[in-house]
Amino acid sequence: MLTVAHLAKSYRSADVPVAVLRGVDLAVQAGESVALTGESGSGKSTLLHLIAGLDGADSGRITLGDVDITALDDPGRAALRRDRLGLVFQQFNLIPSLSVADNLAFQARIAGRHDPLWHDELVDRLGLGDLLKRYPEQLSGGQQQRVAIGRALAIKPTLLLADEPTGNLDEATADEVMHLARDLVARSGCGLLMVTHSARLAATLDRRVHLSSGRVS
Amino acid sequence: MQLATLLIGLIAATALWSGVQALNQQARTSYDRAASVFGGARTATLVGRDGPSFPQSLFVDVRRAGWPVSPLLEGRVQIGGKSLRVLGIDPVTLPVQSAGAPEIGRDGLQAFLTPPFETLVAPETLRDLGLRERDRPDIAGGLQLPPLRAQSQLLPGVLVVDIGIAQQVLNQPGQISRLLIGETKQRRASLDSIVGDRLRLVEPSSESDLERLTDSFHLNLTAFGLLSFVVGLFIVNSAIGLAFEQRLPMLRTMRACGVSARLLNGVLVFELVTIALVAGLVGLVCGYLIAAFLLPDVAASLRGLYGAQIPGQLTLQPQWWIAGIAISVGGALAAATTSLVKAARLPLLATAQPYAWQVAQQRLLRFQGLASLAVFAFAAAASWFGDSLAAGFAVLAAIMLGAALALPVVLGFVLKTGERVASRPLTSWFFADARLQLSGLSLALMALLLALAVNVGVGTMVSGFSKTFTGWLDGRLAAEIYLNAKDDPQAVAIAAWLTQHRKVDAILPSARTDVQIGGWPVEILGFADHATYRDRWPLLEQRAETWDRLRAGDAALISEQLSRRLKLGIGDRITVPTPSGAWSLEIVAIYADYGNPKGQLGVATDALLRHFPETPRTRLGLRVAPDRAPALVAEIQRTFGLDGRSVADQATVKAESLRIFNRTFAVTSALNAFTLGVAGVALLTSLLTLSHSRLPQLAPLGAIGITRRKLAVIELLKTMAVALITALLALPLGLLVAWCLIVVVNVKAFGWRLPFYVFPSQLIALLGVAMLAACLAALLPIVRLLRMQPAELVKVFANER
Repeated sequence: MLTVAHLAKSYRSADVPVAVLRGVDLAVQAGESVALTGESGSGKSTLLHLIAGLDGADSGRITLGDVDITALDDPGRAALRRDRLGLVFQQFNLIPSLSVADNLAFQARIAGRHDPLWHDELVDRLGLGDLLKRYPEQLSGGQQQRVAIGRALAIKPTLLLADEPTGNLDEATADEVMHLARDLVARSGCGLLMVTHSARLAATLDRRVHLSSGRVS
Repeated sequence: MQLATLLIGLIAATALWSGVQALNQQARTSYDRAASVFGGARTATLVGRDGPSFPQSLFVDVRRAGWPVSPLLEGRVQIGGKSLRVLGIDPVTLPVQSAGAPEIGRDGLQAFLTPPFETLVAPETLRDLGLRERDRPDIAGGLQLPPLRAQSQLLPGVLVVDIGIAQQVLNQPGQISRLLIGETKQRRASLDSIVGDRLRLVEPSSESDLERLTDSFHLNLTAFGLLSFVVGLFIVNSAIGLAFEQRLPMLRTMRACGVSARLLNGVLVFELVTIALVAGLVGLVCGYLIAAFLLPDVAASLRGLYGAQIPGQLTLQPQWWIAGIAISVGGALAAATTSLVKAARLPLLATAQPYAWQVAQQRLLRFQGLASLAVFAFAAAASWFGDSLAAGFAVLAAIMLGAALALPVVLGFVLKTGERVASRPLTSWFFADARLQLSGLSLALMALLLALAVNVGVGTMVSGFSKTFTGWLDGRLAAEIYLNAKDDPQAVAIAAWLTQHRKVDAILPSARTDVQIGGWPVEILGFADHATYRDRWPLLEQRAETWDRLRAGDAALISEQLSRRLKLGIGDRITVPTPSGAWSLEIVAIYADYGNPKGQLGVATDALLRHFPETPRTRLGLRVAPDRAPALVAEIQRTFGLDGRSVADQATVKAESLRIFNRTFAVTSALNAFTLGVAGVALLTSLLTLSHSRLPQLAPLGAIGITRRKLAVIELLKTMAVALITALLALPLGLLVAWCLIVVVNVKAFGWRLPFYVFPSQLIALLGVAMLAACLAALLPIVRLLRMQPAELVKVFANER
């Protein structure tokens, strides 16, 4: 489903190019959950951002199903994110001006893929029924991350990309959130690629890929 | 960015405030000169009880009795068709404290007092008359003034001669207008014991007629300056608020490292004061340039509205510089108060919460809403119970303050309603996010609201005035040709020539003289008995058979402003002091006399000349077929050696009047534009500061599939939408301001009430300008968003911010 081939990316820091990814190869199958681990600065988040089309690669190729993401322009990548990808970040990145209910349905509705039954199930499974009228600022970290996962899964994505989704949560809350996420991913049948520093969490997923100095080791 | 915004705000605030103060100071210095020159309002005087002048022998009696008095004779002469004020003085006895200008030194004294004598005149007047020093201008009666000598301290329009010369040229031998009283420590005999009841003591006044008349104009200017200052401080407050918010983590770190709150605040205040000093200096230089730019317009306005003469060169006193710096520093500290208090009470362990700050701002909105209701209630009370110019301005200020306070509440309500009604998710987010942004934008939007409302209000008032004035001119300038002969014999010769050659349909002789009634300067205008006036003179109210009553000589028409000043209506009587005693007139009509700083009474020309036999009879209005007027004007000029200033056709006079009118309000237009410009800058700076803190709010939308281009369009639309709502609210507010100006302020300040007109095309144009300003202000942040590298946006998700 997801194929990453010979992917390279560098950034300019103080006018000196710094190579972050140096030819990464990776594949994630439908329904498969993969943990992406590595030390700080190994390029995990960069890889995730390139797959999500948030940034452009220097070279290499990323395909999702039959779509070559690296060949898409900015509007094309935006459409891909809207219709086929779910993104979850460590900082939750909810829309502060919208209520929980609106945040949950936002992406699905702009993608034209709002499924009320699936929406209700997500609300129910994520335990958000009493929080729908609240705003993100009024939620705890765990609650915000549950909303972020719900928003990402509401479109029934082909692939869920999660960047340290439990980095801001305590262990118990992290376990609870991950349990829910895995459950819902399995229920929706999408793939999961998750960046994490936690070996314990990585061990709960189907497979683990380790990045080191910009390469899969 | 915050530094640039802070500097822009402080410079704008200081520049506009200081510029306006410089203009006010310049004008007030001129009034002081006018008031202190040879016994103006600043000097105690003795005046005749029965008429405008009294015999010189009374001066001798009073002086011998030990009163340190000096005689002064005042009158007017015509030079080249221009009427100038003549002051005859006795420089030997002139009290020291009343001779503030001009000084006549020992050498000058001899030249002034001995043949061929001298006429002191301001350089501006010399230029205006097209004459040079040593010239001897001709005046009526075949007389000549002594050689002219320029005196820079003198007021324009005044000629100063020895009193003996003045008695000759004014044809008032042995007469004196008033006696100036010097200060003395000696005990003085009572006035009654010296001259009986023939003289009356007039105590010095701290405020001259001119100051009283122009108070409202300067109040108006000050209001504009204050508005711009407040708008500038809005920018400063917004910049400092966001700068502090962004610096809070750094401040916490410093506190955690052991820096005391007192030291930290001391450093912050020092930093702010340093910036304010630099900005204040730059602002003062800009203020000087603004004042220099506006001075010609202000001078024209004061001349047109009040007849005040303001020199065209800007002179500034040291206190202006000190006040400018003080206002910059004071304004910066006032705008930073909340942020400084916050920094002083900074909890060490709390984390920075920019969103919580915005939410707290929204809580503030509720208080603002209540405060605005209270201010509106005050405006209603002041409008209901107040009956003064100050009350009028209080109503205006309260309306504008109340509206500014209510704006964020109204915007919040509109956007909340929009969010509820919206069915599409992006539309819903559009309204919700715009509402969230309100706390950061509200000050700038308030500034925009105030600037637009003032523009609408003043624009509507000026346009209404222009429309009324144009119609009024049509009635007032009924004759096709206006002529002012060099002297009475020439006027008689011209009238005879016109009659003999049957050049005109009618000759309307006119005359005018100046008196003081109730402490106000008043013109007495003579009307010929002719259908021209009956048919066209712009009467506001009248009694039956007005013109027949006027012809009888015991009735008068009164100008609207004089009737208001003296609280006289139709049927009341007014007493006019004349050389031959009091002249009682019944008021039979009230007429509009826009733009005249003096009060005016209209009487029959014959009656005027009977009571004021010395009045020049040089003015003639000629009725002629309009198409023949230009040729006749040329013929009269050629035949009688008159120039364009002495004889002109109706179209020329109208064009000149309209030119003066437009010039009079040029300063208003310039200040309007400045205020709107500052409001535009306030919006720009707010959007720029917000654009940085908004990245985390926009990034999630980018992450879930909304392109930057679409985000940019939405951001632009959002700014335009709140600006449009603000502008739409500013329109009725501006009309309310115009109504207040027309019905309350103008009536109290000038004495005339204008009809209230609404100019839809003007409102639409202003709406367009507001939207353009908002678009321009939004453009820079939008372009920055569009050109932002993906890596910048991704940083939001990479926890690297």
